[in-house]
Amino acid sequence: MINQEIIESLQIHFDKKIFVVDESSDMLTVTVSREVIHEVIQFLRDDQFLHYHFLTTLCGMHYPANDLPLGLVYHLHNFTQNRRIRIKTFLPLDNPSVKTMTDLFLTADWMERETYDFFGILFEGHPNLKRILNMEELDYFPMRKEYPLEDGTRKDKDDRFFGR
Amino acid sequence: MQNAKYKIVQPPEGYSAPGFFATSLDRVIGLARENSIWPLPFATSCCGVEFMALMGATYDLARFGAERLSFSPRQADLLMVMGTIAKKMSPVVLQVYTQMAEPRWVLAMGACASSGGIFDTYSVLQGIDRIVPVDVYVPGCPPRPEQVIQGFMKIQELVENEPLRRRYSPEYKELLESYGIK
Amino acid sequence: MEQGKIKMTGFLEDKMAESPNITTQPNDLDKLYTTLNLGPTHPATHGIFQNILTLDGERVIHAEQTIGYIHRAFEKIAERRPYYQITPLTDRMNYCSSPINNIGWQMTVEKLLGVKTSKRIDYMRIIIMELARITDHFLCTSVIGVDSGAFTPFLWVMQEREKVYEIYEEICGARLTTNLGRIGGFERDFTPAVYPKIRGFLDRMPKLMKEFEKLFMRNRIFMDRTINVGAISAERALSYGFTGPNLRAAGVDYDVRVTSPYSSYDDFNFLVPVGTNGDTYDRFCVRVEEIHQSLNLIRNAFDNLPAGKYYMDVPEFYLPPKQEVYSKMEALIWHFKIVMGEIGVPVGEVYHSVEGGNGELGFYLVSDGGRSPYRLHFRRPCFLYYQAYPELIRGGVLSDAILTLSSLNVIAGELDA
Repeated sequence: MINQEIIESLQIHFDKKIFVVDESSDMLTVTVSREVIHEVIQFLRDDQFLHYHFLTTLCGMHYPANDLPLGLVYHLHNFTQNRRIRIKTFLPLDNPSVKTMTDLFLTADWMERETYDFFGILFEGHPNLKRILNMEELDYFPMRKEYPLEDGTRKDKDDRFFGR
Repeated sequence: MQNAKYKIVQPPEGYSAPGFFATSLDRVIGLARENSIWPLPFATSCCGVEFMALMGATYDLARFGAERLSFSPRQADLLMVMGTIAKKMSPVVLQVYTQMAEPRWVLAMGACASSGGIFDTYSVLQGIDRIVPVDVYVPGCPPRPEQVIQGFMKIQELVENEPLRRRYSPEYKELLESYGIK
Repeated sequence: MEQGKIKMTGFLEDKMAESPNITTQPNDLDKLYTTLNLGPTHPATHGIFQNILTLDGERVIHAEQTIGYIHRAFEKIAERRPYYQITPLTDRMNYCSSPINNIGWQMTVEKLLGVKTSKRIDYMRIIIMELARITDHFLCTSVIGVDSGAFTPFLWVMQEREKVYEIYEEICGARLTTNLGRIGGFERDFTPAVYPKIRGFLDRMPKLMKEFEKLFMRNRIFMDRTINVGAISAERALSYGFTGPNLRAAGVDYDVRVTSPYSSYDDFNFLVPVGTNGDTYDRFCVRVEEIHQSLNLIRNAFDNLPAGKYYMDVPEFYLPPKQEVYSKMEALIWHFKIVMGEIGVPVGEVYHSVEGGNGELGFYLVSDGGRSPYRLHFRRPCFLYYQAYPELIRGGVLSDAILTLSSLNVIAGELDA
């Protein structure tokens, strides 16, 4: 089974204990700790057999109930053999920093800025980490679960009509 | 002179006799202005594409006199705000509005420009009438080109009937002050 | 300076000496860069995003981009809405080809639920998606023409878009932001009026495409303006995350319809056009050729449209027909549950991508079993390839920068989401 070979190849190069492998969803999902994620992705990109040369997307997640609430999800893709892999890592709330992938993939530049903008995840080594979609003066990270969707400063909405 | 095949603009009420036609000045100016409105298409999103369809051959806005779209606010009469205005964009709308010369009108096209539309979020301005005074609202998501033409014709009505000294009146100055526009 | 005497040499240095507040370094006046604001509202940027260009005369040295002027927080809204109410949100991302976004979203949820659609639904979806792709490419290519001064084809294109809008109106009722289809199929079958409209469209397009190509493809002025303008190599393009026609123009034949076929695309044979240089001319030609391929796809799907039901059995999402709601008990209960939002989905996560007008449009859906997604992330192709814009225009002149921008087909709704 091709997934098994990928997992074994990863486990040969990295310590067996740091992986949590999940094959229940549509693609192979590997959870690693944040210290090694840069090496893992570099290995996945540079290895001859695995060769995941395309970073499809990266996004952030927020699970407030976990002890490592902020999550980061990378989707990698190998065009020639049509294989996809999903790498996840989780970060604590007080120091949500992880190494940047801009040296591996140029596309990670804006994707990491967007993740910083929405979740507050800091990327060490990023050339230009500032807000990209929201206004620069915004002082909170809107996609975290504790913040509401609506504008808090509106005074003209009558809550009776909105079921609150 | 009225050719029955083509409908042309009706002259205003006045007294006519061989060799002259007497009417009031603001009627004539209103007539001239309403049939030569130069819009500024401030297109941000999906309504902008409907505006492109409006300027096409099927729904031709140019036959109402809006042949020349002016992207420079200095030469535009009508600011057509089409699409969602985010809070990041609102200083830009305000600046474009202040750069326009009097007399100027504003048409808010689409639900997002009128009231924020379906986007009741932290980053979307809930209607441009929070920052500029709006004359006509055209709701819809996006409004059909016929609806926009109706909105445009309402602007034409406003332009036709506007008194000459309206922009210097204290009510208008009060209106602009309430928005903080100098 | 004495009155009546004007020294031609040393004039500026004398002026500087007069007002000692201005200090300049010795060679400062030899190199002066201009900063030009290609601001959020500009007739040539079709969409609102800002570029602050640093120009040396007319050559572009550097570009600093600001986006987010139409950020509407789609991903946050999606965490609040039930699954079928997210379809109108996806419309407004790439609003030039909104059916592709809608159908892509519905396929994502179907992937999560494990629903396999019938051939008829797949072929209907192919017809609609390829129509949307044609309108998107058609608009982009004519806008390249507008920015290089050729305005006429734009008006022809708007006429053809009107015809496609008529087809959309027959299928779903809306012109531009279509909110088309349901999870599990379509809300209604193709009405009898749709078939002659699609047939008429297919019959008219080849002649129009011939006129369109005659204006552009071997036009000396157009070729001089677009060849070697805004070129990018295949390796840089892959590293930047390019997909779609922009990547295919650079030489990489990646098409989601071919690599991971969805909705029965593998039943059809179609070519994937690939360019060589990755410049504006190649992007233009790739899009024009893709219009031809899409026309063939529609013709094949249309001629071989199988009979069958137009919706699958997904009772949790698909509203039952009204006759059944008023007569049968389960239909009534399902109707109530769907509308009041008491349905659940399996817990899990899924990533599905479709080939949008601009590239791989991906939906990453994480569900926790509730009525709305726990997290929904849109992989937007425009957002990723717009990052490469400063590199594409460096060294070119200002007018090349405008043409490169319109050839990339940056759509503001997809950029900011």
